[in-house]
Amino acid sequence: MNIVGNLNTIGYGLSAIGPGIGVGIVFAAFINGVARQPEARGQLQGIAFIGFALSEALAILGLVLAFALGA
Amino acid sequence: MTMTATAPAPGFEAPGVDAFQLPALFGSVTKPVLQLVLAAIIIVVLFRVATSRMQLVPSKGQFLGESFHGIVRNSIARDMIGPEFLKYVPFLTALFAFVLVNNLFGIIPILQFPTFSHPGVPYALAGLVWLVFTYAGIRHHGFGGYMRISTWPPDVPWWVRIILTPIEFLSNIILRPVTLSLRLFGNMFAGHLLLVLFILGGEYMLVVADSILLKVLSPFAFAMGLVFTFFEAFIQVVQAYIFVMLTASYIGTVLADDH
Repeated sequence: MNIVGNLNTIGYGLSAIGPGIGVGIVFAAFINGVARQPEARGQLQGIAFIGFALSEALAILGLVLAFALGA
Repeated sequence: MTMTATAPAPGFEAPGVDAFQLPALFGSVTKPVLQLVLAAIIIVVLFRVATSRMQLVPSKGQFLGESFHGIVRNSIARDMIGPEFLKYVPFLTALFAFVLVNNLFGIIPILQFPTFSHPGVPYALAGLVWLVFTYAGIRHHGFGGYMRISTWPPDVPWWVRIILTPIEFLSNIILRPVTLSLRLFGNMFAGHLLLVLFILGGEYMLVVADSILLKVLSPFAFAMGLVFTFFEAFIQVVQAYIFVMLTASYIGTVLADDH
């Protein structure tokens, strides 16, 4: 059986696993922090979004490369 | 037996990079260029209206303008930059407004194209951010001080520095603008592609496909397109926020006195 398609798609899927876990951990920690200390929400929010952005960058790079490396 | 993994339906072309190659409207001016100018005009007009006839008890327009400025000043700049944050609030507010309006163009009818899904646009913006935080760092610490803050973390044994300093140099000076622009570009690109895919898929099911079943099921594709439009609205606001947040944190780290 031959399968015609583009391996880049699988590569992107693989590259999204790590960031998916990472983003989950970041927001889990954020929720934990707010639950323990609700008044620290403002400070934690900024840190959470930076952590989210940094781990998400990997998935974005995967997406860009999946297109950039061509069909 | 041959299976095509990318095009299971006959005659359906999944949208790709081609969906972003828009024809020139006139001369060499394309839609993103026009939208950049339009965004600048919209922002200037809105803030003009909001700040004309300023009163102690604000009108609705003034209140909206002030809250927008207040978000950037209180929840982004003050937390991230530290004592000298006021100097950078105008830049950050303008940046936030510009990125936000350009992102929202992605779901506004008729325009429906996020300007930053063309990589050249966020590259330019991230270049500007790089110039700003490099200049801020050099003016605050001098060139040597700026390089030390960026590449020379204190209390590290010398043999770790051999590896750490090049990595810090790469990540703090070279990769910062790259990831900043790629993040915005990638999100806008993926979001627009997602919407195009759902709408084109729905159109294919309704118009092109022969099967009655597909025609009956096509509203679900359009409904998903609608749902993801709202999701995109959320992503677009969050990405604008993150762009400004990271800019503020870069400025904050180069201004920090004790690293």
